Amino acid sequence: MSGFDTYRRRFLGGVLGVGATAALPAGLLFWQTAEGDVEDGPPASGKVRWGMLVDTTKCSTGCDACVRGCDQENGLSGNTSPTSPQWIRKVQVTNPRTDYSFSLPMMCQHCEEPPCVDVCPTGASFRRADGIVLVDRHLCIGCRYCMMACPYKARSFIHHPVTDQLPEVPRGIGCVESCSFCVQRIDAGKRTTACQDACNAEGHQAIYFGDLKDPNSDISKRLASYGGQEVLASLDLHTGVRYQGI
Amino acid sequence: MHVVYRELEGRSKAYWALLLGLGAVLLLGLFAAHTMEERGHIITGMTNQIVWGMPHVFAVFLIVAASGALNVASIASVFGKTAYKPLAPLSGLVAIALLAGGLMVLMLDLGRPDRLLVAATVYNFKSVFAWNVFLYTGFFTFVIIYLWTMMERKMNPYTKAAGFAAFIWRLVLTTGTGSIFGFLVARTAYDSALLAPMFIIFSFAYGLAVFNLVLMAAYRGSGRPLGDRMLFRLGKLLAVFVGASFYFVLVYHLTNLYFTKNHGFERFILLDGGIYPLLFWGGQIVVGYLIPLLLIFAPATRNSRTALAAASLLVILGAFAQMYVTIIGGQAYPLPLFPGMQVSSTFYDGVVHPYTPSGWEIMLGFGGVALSLAIVVFGLKILRFLPESLSDDQHMEAQHQAA
Repeated sequence: MSGFDTYRRRFLGGVLGVGATAALPAGLLFWQTAEGDVEDGPPASGKVRWGMLVDTTKCSTGCDACVRGCDQENGLSGNTSPTSPQWIRKVQVTNPRTDYSFSLPMMCQHCEEPPCVDVCPTGASFRRADGIVLVDRHLCIGCRYCMMACPYKARSFIHHPVTDQLPEVPRGIGCVESCSFCVQRIDAGKRTTACQDACNAEGHQAIYFGDLKDPNSDISKRLASYGGQEVLASLDLHTGVRYQGI
Repeated sequence: MHVVYRELEGRSKAYWALLLGLGAVLLLGLFAAHTMEERGHIITGMTNQIVWGMPHVFAVFLIVAASGALNVASIASVFGKTAYKPLAPLSGLVAIALLAGGLMVLMLDLGRPDRLLVAATVYNFKSVFAWNVFLYTGFFTFVIIYLWTMMERKMNPYTKAAGFAAFIWRLVLTTGTGSIFGFLVARTAYDSALLAPMFIIFSFAYGLAVFNLVLMAAYRGSGRPLGDRMLFRLGKLLAVFVGASFYFVLVYHLTNLYFTKNHGFERFILLDGGIYPLLFWGGQIVVGYLIPLLLIFAPATRNSRTALAAASLLVILGAFAQMYVTIIGGQAYPLPLFPGMQVSSTFYDGVVHPYTPSGWEIMLGFGGVALSLAIVVFGLKILRFLPESLSDDQHMEAQHQAA
């Protein structure tokens, strides 16, 4: 073996050794940082499952009060460009054979088996014990795989810097976000969502929100008497949002 | 057979100019990534409808090709075809380089690339993406060990075992890449188990096409002898892989065409979807499959090196068309929110989503390609990946020995 070869072997070995030695403590340090303590509030309870029922027969075509209510509550601009976030949108559905048409609000359906949670590599997309599907803003790396996986197109990616966030609704560039069932209200003890309040204020009363696990809740009673369908029910995702009249 | 491996001299002006050029393209890619992080994805053509764009076309191509580039080594070590053995180290190097370039693009396109640490430490094991993090790092590890067993004489006895492990791993890796799309129930274009084996076949073709070009360029550039026999053998192999890819694409579309619910999507991709049918028929089928097959088999061109180089290049161009149709076309077609109904909304439900890639995205993509090529070019200079000669005499000797 030539001297050059021996030198090169030593050099490569040395580089590997130094690399490994440097990487180990750095890795441990980073691990600790990543696993750092976060101050949590009381955990969500699995005894409730928050759900929503939309009566499409009462939902008025052209009315977007729910969208505006949501934007205001969560600090969204209300822009509708292809890159703007839209947590809730009004969808007009028309049967081309009969011309029968109806309107409904579409947002995160808070699935029991959410595809967004399945595909998220870091676990940033998660489902709380009470059924609310959220994005952990500290874990989201902005890969958008959840947006590819969501059958309801419920999620938005933040394409530019955000500066006017509301204190209760953390949002930021490079992350994915969607309807949170107004989780900031729920955790503060309120029992209505902003879209529901806005709909009621318009006098339509098309949106009901409540605990699907409580048989005495308004929403459970309505579901028991009138039924309620899931959008794309064949996917078997057991959505938390149900619709009447679709 | 005794094959002598030697580094590239790498002292010529042309060598440094090539490395410098690649470095410049890489820098442009990094600058694009930096600007994307600073100003947000608003500077790209991606939207809330087309969420994966040009960077993903480049990244998926490079990652799929990486696994395929290892093929030549696998044929030598796993399937015992001694004729390919001298090419095995180069095959491993190209594989590692392509994967590195692909991952660079994928990671720098993230909304929060600064959170790479999170991606490396926090896992959701149900996510195909999370599996892929392990598949990629595993691929690097297996191929490096494999290269070590080939290049360190004392480790030679372990080459077959290491080669086998790397071979299995690359199959799993591309299954993982295909499943990123295959496991998406929501989208008509994906949602099929066929995507995993289909991506494996694509990888064979893409990887070999890249390998052929690298091989020809390296031997031409260094003035070493490269025999026709070896080269045209690789050409025939490329034709087999291209044919197999064609078959899978045919079955994929025939299946979709049989199911009424998918007719709208097929019509979009094959007939009236604007750029997508154009890229499918013109790019994927004609440029990517038919012309290369013709070049490899037609009597007038089958003994021409230029034709083989052209065929390999066309396979790569076809591959980009294919990735564009698969990734972008699959998203451009609207989600079937209410099957059979017409839908409309402010969030662009029910309409075909337009997409024009921005220069930043394309810069980032080429940055990844440049990184891959730079790793190969530099790797060839510092370690002994290339046999001094791949002349037909060497080749015959290997054949003879095998017999």
